[in-house]
Amino acid sequence: MGTHMVILGSGTAGTMTANRLQRTYDERDFRITVVDQDDDHVYQPGLLFVPFGLAQPHHLVRSRPQQLNTVVDYKQARIERVDLNGRTVYLGGGIRVSYDVLVVATGARLLPEETEGLTGPGWGENVFTFYDLPGAVGLRHALERFDGGRVVVDVADLPLKCPVAPLEFAFLADWYFQQRGIRDKVQLAYATPLDAAFTKPVAAKALGGLLADKGIELVTEFTLGEVDGPGGRLASYDEREVPFDLAVVVPLHGGAEYVGRSEGLGDELDFVPVDPHTLQHPEHPEVFAIGDASGLPASKAGSVAHFEGEVLVHNIGRFLAGQPLDASFDGHANCFVETGFHKALLIDFNYDTEPLPGHFPGPLGLPLLKESHANHLGKLAFEWLYWHSLLPGRELPGIGSAMPERGKRRAHA
Amino acid sequence: MPTATYDGTPVPVDDEGFFTDPGRWTEPMAEQIAKELGIDTLTDRHWTVIRFMRIQYVEKGTGPTVRVLGKTSGVSVKELYQLFPKGPAKTAAKIAGIPKPRGCI
Repeated sequence: MGTHMVILGSGTAGTMTANRLQRTYDERDFRITVVDQDDDHVYQPGLLFVPFGLAQPHHLVRSRPQQLNTVVDYKQARIERVDLNGRTVYLGGGIRVSYDVLVVATGARLLPEETEGLTGPGWGENVFTFYDLPGAVGLRHALERFDGGRVVVDVADLPLKCPVAPLEFAFLADWYFQQRGIRDKVQLAYATPLDAAFTKPVAAKALGGLLADKGIELVTEFTLGEVDGPGGRLASYDEREVPFDLAVVVPLHGGAEYVGRSEGLGDELDFVPVDPHTLQHPEHPEVFAIGDASGLPASKAGSVAHFEGEVLVHNIGRFLAGQPLDASFDGHANCFVETGFHKALLIDFNYDTEPLPGHFPGPLGLPLLKESHANHLGKLAFEWLYWHSLLPGRELPGIGSAMPERGKRRAHA
Repeated sequence: MPTATYDGTPVPVDDEGFFTDPGRWTEPMAEQIAKELGIDTLTDRHWTVIRFMRIQYVEKGTGPTVRVLGKTSGVSVKELYQLFPKGPAKTAAKIAGIPKPRGCI
């Protein structure tokens, strides 16, 4: 039978991992089972564009097993819990699956009900999120009906998937209302629990400058405590209020529910703690976590999962061979930030190095931390790459797991 | 590296005033740090949070975020903000003599 590898989750991280492992190891020695609860693989970067009519919802969803190498066994089932000591996953319908190596790749879950009032009156009427497909579609209709007033984009708290997406939403809203000729009737505000527009100083300065240039008010250190839909106000825990006519809220995030039901697997927020450089669970060496499901101090973004994947597949091989793991994941993340008017900027960073200006992946590459049409084209091209190169587990030429230093300027912008 | 003097003892701190060596902290220092941050009296509830911060730091190498504090310290997020109005995670970490909690990106 060989080694049985079970991957929980077939989103970006799980699908890439399964396909990479299948490419790397001989199927006679190595059997892969992937489990997920439904058949909808959503291209999550596309959710940002749905509210503005720039992406069609049905184009963003594809079948999960069809993204997997045909040799991979796909099981569609609810995950009940993992018994770490028995090395067994319990699925709905009384199915048990035992494993030699387990990869947790079930991503992050939205928890809007954890914020007082967020899913109360007004939810789906003047309070929305675009972080799932139904929310993004609802918001599209709400924006179409909106003819003036105050729009507030709010990040409830960290961590969140794609930390730049709410900023991109604010930039695109500015563009969208200008296109409709009503920008002068719309006030835009961006509220964040951070003390600036972004976590790291150089990027925070660049992105904060863009908000100011576009006339978008920035409200900092605002941790969302309560949403009052009918009254049109967001309240922070320190009792400040931000009024709105339309609120676009990124809800609290947590890990998958079954992680909380699996003794010893997750942390307080149901994310899986793993070594930040090897991706291995501290108590159970045969367990790894990748992507948004992990509790790493890295950005929750598909690019991070991609860069982690290279290290993970290598490390699983070393683990099975009884060799020490290479502690080589550096926290590399890479994001196109859409800024409207057919432009985007690009940021590239890791655990130790903040997003710096310069070019990526080398001196002749795309401009970093600077708006350009080339970056916008890069963002659009990414969708094709996602389905045809990233998910199948192919390497991107010239773009490896380790963050490149060439082309970056260390002096502050 | 800057230093600050609490309870008559100089201690190394970072540019924002967080302890860089939690081993140098003593309980009498907490009252003085709290006063500097606008908290006149440390109640038992404050101390519940402060002690919890230090235990978490020893176990995990970083202080918890507000949300984790709210889930695990036995003090709700709402009460945390009443106790430490200018941001519980940062304020409590400073009073507890541990480095600034590492936020996520």
